[in-house]
Amino acid sequence: MPSTPAIRADRGQPSSQAGRVALNRGFLLVCLVATNFAVLLLAVLLISIAYKGLPWLFDFASIKASFSEGGDGFAGFKHWFRWEFFTEFTSRKAKSAGIRAPLWGSVWVCAICALTALPVGVGTAIYLEEFAPRNRVTRFIQTNIRNLAGVPSIVYGILGLTAFSRLFRVFGADEAWSIGDPESLFYLQLPFGQGVLAGGLTLMLVILPIIIIASQEAFRSIPNSLREASLALGSTKWQTVWNVTLPAAIPMIMTGSILAISRAIGEAAPLLVLGVPLFISNTPINMMSDFTILPMQIYNWASRPQEDFHGIAAAAIIVLLVVLLTFNAIAVFIRQKLHRSLA
Amino acid sequence: MPTITRRAFRRAVLVGLALTASLPLAAACRPTAQDAQNMKGAIKIDGSSTVYPLAEAVAEEFRTEAPKVRVTVGLSGTGGGFKRFAAGEIDISNASRSIKKAEAESAAKNKIEFIELPVAFDGLSIVVNPKNTWVKSMTVPQLKKIFSASDAAKTWKDVDASWPANPIKIYAPGTDSGTFDYFKEVVVGKDGKIRADITASEDDNTLVNGVSGDENAIGFFGCAYYFENKDKLQIVPIDGGKGAITPTHETIENGTYAPFSRPLFIYVNKTSAAKPEVKHFVEFFLKHAGELADDVGYVALPKSVYANAEKNFQAMRSGSQFMTADGESVSGKVTDIYK
Repeated sequence: MPSTPAIRADRGQPSSQAGRVALNRGFLLVCLVATNFAVLLLAVLLISIAYKGLPWLFDFASIKASFSEGGDGFAGFKHWFRWEFFTEFTSRKAKSAGIRAPLWGSVWVCAICALTALPVGVGTAIYLEEFAPRNRVTRFIQTNIRNLAGVPSIVYGILGLTAFSRLFRVFGADEAWSIGDPESLFYLQLPFGQGVLAGGLTLMLVILPIIIIASQEAFRSIPNSLREASLALGSTKWQTVWNVTLPAAIPMIMTGSILAISRAIGEAAPLLVLGVPLFISNTPINMMSDFTILPMQIYNWASRPQEDFHGIAAAAIIVLLVVLLTFNAIAVFIRQKLHRSLA
Repeated sequence: MPTITRRAFRRAVLVGLALTASLPLAAACRPTAQDAQNMKGAIKIDGSSTVYPLAEAVAEEFRTEAPKVRVTVGLSGTGGGFKRFAAGEIDISNASRSIKKAEAESAAKNKIEFIELPVAFDGLSIVVNPKNTWVKSMTVPQLKKIFSASDAAKTWKDVDASWPANPIKIYAPGTDSGTFDYFKEVVVGKDGKIRADITASEDDNTLVNGVSGDENAIGFFGCAYYFENKDKLQIVPIDGGKGAITPTHETIENGTYAPFSRPLFIYVNKTSAAKPEVKHFVEFFLKHAGELADDVGYVALPKSVYANAEKNFQAMRSGSQFMTADGESVSGKVTDIYK
């Protein structure tokens, strides 16, 4: 019992001892209830989603057939899934609706978001931690970044609409300037409109403060002795950052960043403000392609009157959860793999 | 966007950008008389989330009709859709109410003309809990007593003396929705106010659950949600002077379920309508709106209205028939108003 030392310290006051043990037990109970409450809620959520959604992801009849007499066992696993849920576009009939457009849209947007947010975020953190002088200006920037992390994401949507979708209207409102063939990978238009680039950059704004703060924490956790050793050998500051500090900080940076990107996948509000459409019959082919995202599709299906749509909404939630858990697993893996003791 | 006008093209030359790449494209996109299978281009639709399921269904069917035309449908809401429509960002705006004066003005300011086309009916269903034994039907004045901010009946007895003195619980769509706007206009009038002590939700399924779980509840939402949840809810027939009428496909279509059936619209940008792919899409929309409306839980308009819409579209008649010259909105039966 972890409580024994406390009781031993109070020996000599037998009258209050029973009361204190009771208090200790009571406290333990409260903590247990609190823990289990959260776990229970999560369990209820997961079970109800799985119950509703799994029949739309798996073909149970086919699984049953595989394991009944004369079935092909595990060899027939290809038929266990409702592949059409991944390969079909959305439809007014839940049975033939799929998540092809929102799944690919989410993938494109998050890839752009990650590719832009990482260099900018880590770069900012390197400057602030390794190079910036400790003065009033730096403190001002610092405070602002911390405040930005608390800004509701929908506000970034409005910023993204003005800054990326419309490029402050400097190109006029009616026609877009464009270069190249709209069907090719290198098509570009100004302003960006509602394309994946505008969406990805808007999500970058949402997660940038989180990545900066996480990366700063990473640099701060590196013992100063490492930097001093490097500088003492005659390295420049840049060499120290590139060869010593950054490699040591990468596991922590990656963990923070991947968690931030997982958040970006789940964001719907900023992209809704951008005017991203929901129905779309093609997957993105270049930076300017229209797209839609999983959270928007899930919300729309969940608010439909027909019961079947609630089922495919749950199935899409399962897909989103699997994507998120995969990202988190990657974060854990990187942390374990790259972590070296600095002591 | 694949459409590049000569104006944009000229500008591109001015800045010296990608001259050679744009040339063949500008030529390819000039409207030509080709059949639907070979039509190309993009159609941007945005607006009401109520009209969305219908537009989605039409766009889905249009995929087989013209596979190379890329149709996108958004759901920024009726007001949000009109904003983008007035800015010239979209070709078609979905609306669960007719255009407002301010919206028409801001479109006119940007030199955007629109063609107004009603596409389906959405019935508003007023529902109570199945355990509610006292409500058999209601009149609009009775609804006003419940929903108006100035009358604010606290209990059912305040509405009708023969009903029990149970407190009334109200479930209603969010104030931003077209459904709320329409209900408000019918029940308390344009200048009236709906009381504030209601449970509001943007998700109508939440309202269904709210009403089905509370004996003293009353709520309203689109008929599709009632049709799908008939076992959990009790419909309130509406007495508009000609006896109590329950919303069904028939009573909504023939207009006897008054005043709670509202038309849903699409507004087409006149400049866009000249493009063959948009023209073909709108024709396709009007032709199939009736049958597809049934599929997604709405009700088809009378055939005469579709015929008028088709006629107006071919004639490119711009402006709203649901708004007087001074910008007042016109209320009444679609068959009477829309010519």
